Amino acid sequence: MAKSYLEITQDGLWKNNPALVQLLGLCPLLAVTGTVVNALGLGMATMLVLTGSNIAVSLIRNFVPESVRLPAFVMIIASFVTCAELLMQAYTYELYEILGIFIPLIVTNCAILGRADAFASKNPILPSALDGFMMGLGFTLVLILLGGIRELIGQGTLFTGMDLLFGETAKNWQLNVIQDYPNFLFAVLPPGAFVGMGFIIALKNIIDNRMKRSAEMKKDKVAAGSKRVRVTGSIS
Amino acid sequence: MALLQITSPHLRGTNRTASVMQWVLLATLPGFVALIWFFGWGVLINVAWAVLLAIGAEATVLRLRKRPVMFYLSDYSALVTAVLLGLALPPFTPWWVTAVGVLFAIVISKQLYGGLGSNPFNPAMVGYALLLVSFPVEMTTHWATPSTLAVQPDFLQTLTYIFTGGGVNIDGVTMATPLDTYKHQVDILTREELTQLPVFGQHVALGWEWVNLGFLAGGLALLWRKIITWHIPVSMLLSLTACSLIIGWDPDQYTPVSIHLLSGATMLGAFFIATDPVTAATSRLGKLYYGAGIGILVYIIRTWGGYPDAVAFAVLLMNFAAPFLDHYTKPRTYGHRKAHRGIKKAD
Repeated sequence: MAKSYLEITQDGLWKNNPALVQLLGLCPLLAVTGTVVNALGLGMATMLVLTGSNIAVSLIRNFVPESVRLPAFVMIIASFVTCAELLMQAYTYELYEILGIFIPLIVTNCAILGRADAFASKNPILPSALDGFMMGLGFTLVLILLGGIRELIGQGTLFTGMDLLFGETAKNWQLNVIQDYPNFLFAVLPPGAFVGMGFIIALKNIIDNRMKRSAEMKKDKVAAGSKRVRVTGSIS
Repeated sequence: MALLQITSPHLRGTNRTASVMQWVLLATLPGFVALIWFFGWGVLINVAWAVLLAIGAEATVLRLRKRPVMFYLSDYSALVTAVLLGLALPPFTPWWVTAVGVLFAIVISKQLYGGLGSNPFNPAMVGYALLLVSFPVEMTTHWATPSTLAVQPDFLQTLTYIFTGGGVNIDGVTMATPLDTYKHQVDILTREELTQLPVFGQHVALGWEWVNLGFLAGGLALLWRKIITWHIPVSMLLSLTACSLIIGWDPDQYTPVSIHLLSGATMLGAFFIATDPVTAATSRLGKLYYGAGIGILVYIIRTWGGYPDAVAFAVLLMNFAAPFLDHYTKPRTYGHRKAHRGIKKAD
């Protein structure tokens, strides 16, 4: 049952990615990924909450009765979300204003409750912390990718307004990829997020299929070619 | 002599996909010609450019999907989508706007759903709605002035404008559509003053009335060839008429029924777009509900919505409802007393 750290990492980033495979937390995913900076801001907040709540849930896992575990988890998550919200309000006020209601709504991000119930409530602290961090990172990477695609297609720029998150030094990070770009509103509006998300999931499935096929081919080759007995490595 | 073993019935229907689509294309001609006559060469350029792109996109995606390219291309469905979208676009649409619309229509709303027959939404209208939402300036303010009011730029000038954006002073040859004008001016002007405006011309809406009558003629030809049935167009036009007579009986407050029927994309929508066999309801009763729904939605969106015309949105909204309508309007099967309608309750 217990997973190795490598498996936890792989699960969070690729195999069981909360955004691409579990399709959890789609509401913020689709709503705030208009630009890279919005995506990054919300992604980092989610990552923080997910790691913290996984640690806390793992700590109390043996003391909370089964029947009241969900309210307890929600309380923990809500406390961490409040922390994240106050932190953003203190250090990145403008981004906090832009993201608005979607920061408190991290409470309802089912990826977080899902990890608390499915993983953290059954595993010790270290694996739980790593699981929370990796799931959060996987979620954030998808957010950034989608934000980048939508910003590029919608406005023809990349990394606009990164100073909201990284301070004055990031003011000139903006890349005007296409000059005089007529805004493509569809990509800025939520429907564009759905279409973009569909394409990203399709791309992941294509890559998975390719990898599966090449892995099978390799297996066949080994069986057909070498006649020596393997003595190193693991035989799967 | 080859002895062919063919099972009965031996009479073959003539309405195959390709011939149906050819008839649809042919039936757009009267309206098409009227559009070119009143609104200039831009219409022709838009349609030609859309057709070129649609065929290219369809062939590319079919190849990527490893399907027989010529077999699917020769059913003319991509051509019909492109022509309908091209006819709906304003005459001075920049080339890249048309390109985005056609590619979205063919690649995303048709081929990604599985090609002709599997698409839940009318591809041409998906493309049009995308453009209307994405590029409101290009799509709503650039309708050409009817040729009887202003000197239209010639073919080459129009071509230059569409592909480079230069050569024509666009503000000199464009104006708002009659639907848009009536809706926005009715608060300020009385009915008599409104009808004096040049955009309404002698009869109903300058140019538009002939375009709509052209599409009506084409639609009647389709009815005569039994390509479409009467249910959808009749119920759509009736419900639109009823709405504008009951709610909008006062032409000092609302757009009158004549402008609703003979302006904008009403006839094109009723006979060519709403009757798309793939995305419309299929049972007879379902078709009646479907058409009525489109008519009501067209009236609602035209009257209280922010966009100048509403056919695309109305058709797309009713496309959502089409499977549901079919589910609840199943006809009685021969041999059964009652039709089995709706979802069976699990006991």
